[in-house]
Amino acid sequence: MDRPRTYLHGVRAVAPLAIAVGGFGISFGVLARSAGMGVVAPIAMSMITFAGSAQFAAISILDAGGTVATAVTAAVLLNARYGPIGLSVAPSLKGGRLSRFLHAQLVVDETWAVASEGGGRFDPRVLVGAGVTLYAAWIAGTAMGVGFGDVLGDPASWGLDAAFPALFLALLFPQLRDRSSWSAAGVGAAVALALTPFTPPGVPIVCASVGCVVGLPRRGRPPSGAA
Amino acid sequence: MRRGTAAARTAAEWSCVSDVWLIVVLCGSVTIAIKAAGPVLMGGRALPARLASVIGLLGPALLAALVAINTFGAGRALTLDARVLGVGVGVLAIWRRAPVLLVVVLAAAVTAAVRAIAGTA
Repeated sequence: MDRPRTYLHGVRAVAPLAIAVGGFGISFGVLARSAGMGVVAPIAMSMITFAGSAQFAAISILDAGGTVATAVTAAVLLNARYGPIGLSVAPSLKGGRLSRFLHAQLVVDETWAVASEGGGRFDPRVLVGAGVTLYAAWIAGTAMGVGFGDVLGDPASWGLDAAFPALFLALLFPQLRDRSSWSAAGVGAAVALALTPFTPPGVPIVCASVGCVVGLPRRGRPPSGAA
Repeated sequence: MRRGTAAARTAAEWSCVSDVWLIVVLCGSVTIAIKAAGPVLMGGRALPARLASVIGLLGPALLAALVAINTFGAGRALTLDARVLGVGVGVLAIWRRAPVLLVVVLAAAVTAAVRAIAGTA
């Protein structure tokens, strides 16, 4: 906070992830093409949705012959975490309504994590730098996958799927500062793993939010009220 | 090239194509709406103190959940595969205070190497 952070900080912070996101864009393009979505629709979807997991879920349902309603429900469940995440970012966005709307669209797990300054504060410039970078990588990857994915091979063989948990872990570590943050993290992980076999994808992550309530210190009220 | 009556084929293609675009438009709209809700309605205003301290812990809670699911999850199953070793090496790198870029690259490289070895074994 001594030196102001810029858009470039956001670009640099997600640069390692941009390659992984591009790789997943490629797999999305390949899968969407093979699910019969054609060429334009997958790219359009990446442009207006910008939420990888929901897009993967929607096309896998489409591919399996599911209904439009099921696909959209899956997308809602997978993106429900952006409700509380958006609420956490809201106080840091000072601009007008349109500016806040546009900033909100650049929020994905990775950009939210790198823009976090701890203590519930977020840097909007870092969010924009990181968001625009990943948005470009996601769309470019999708277009490459749709165009010539067969030549590029499976991103899983490059280990790109392990890049995401590694990044989240590296971003989690500095946020573990006290007993309540450790409890929140422990409960969040435990709830997510426990629910995975029993609920549709997306629900475990949303329910992991309860970790932030459980992690609160028991005596959270200011002592002035004690009499 | 499949041969059918032109009308039937056109109808089938049309319903398939419109389903695709319906999904594209609806998934896009709900995602945009969910993301916008908090910032558009609450933006710039401080959250109530109690809510703010709860939301402050959302970072650790959700990041830990994302780590857990992206390491052990495979659809609706939990598995132990090459990712665990990759992320394990990532933990070591974080502990040794390696920069984030190195952590991410190491995790991906170890995972890819384990898969390559296991694939040829």
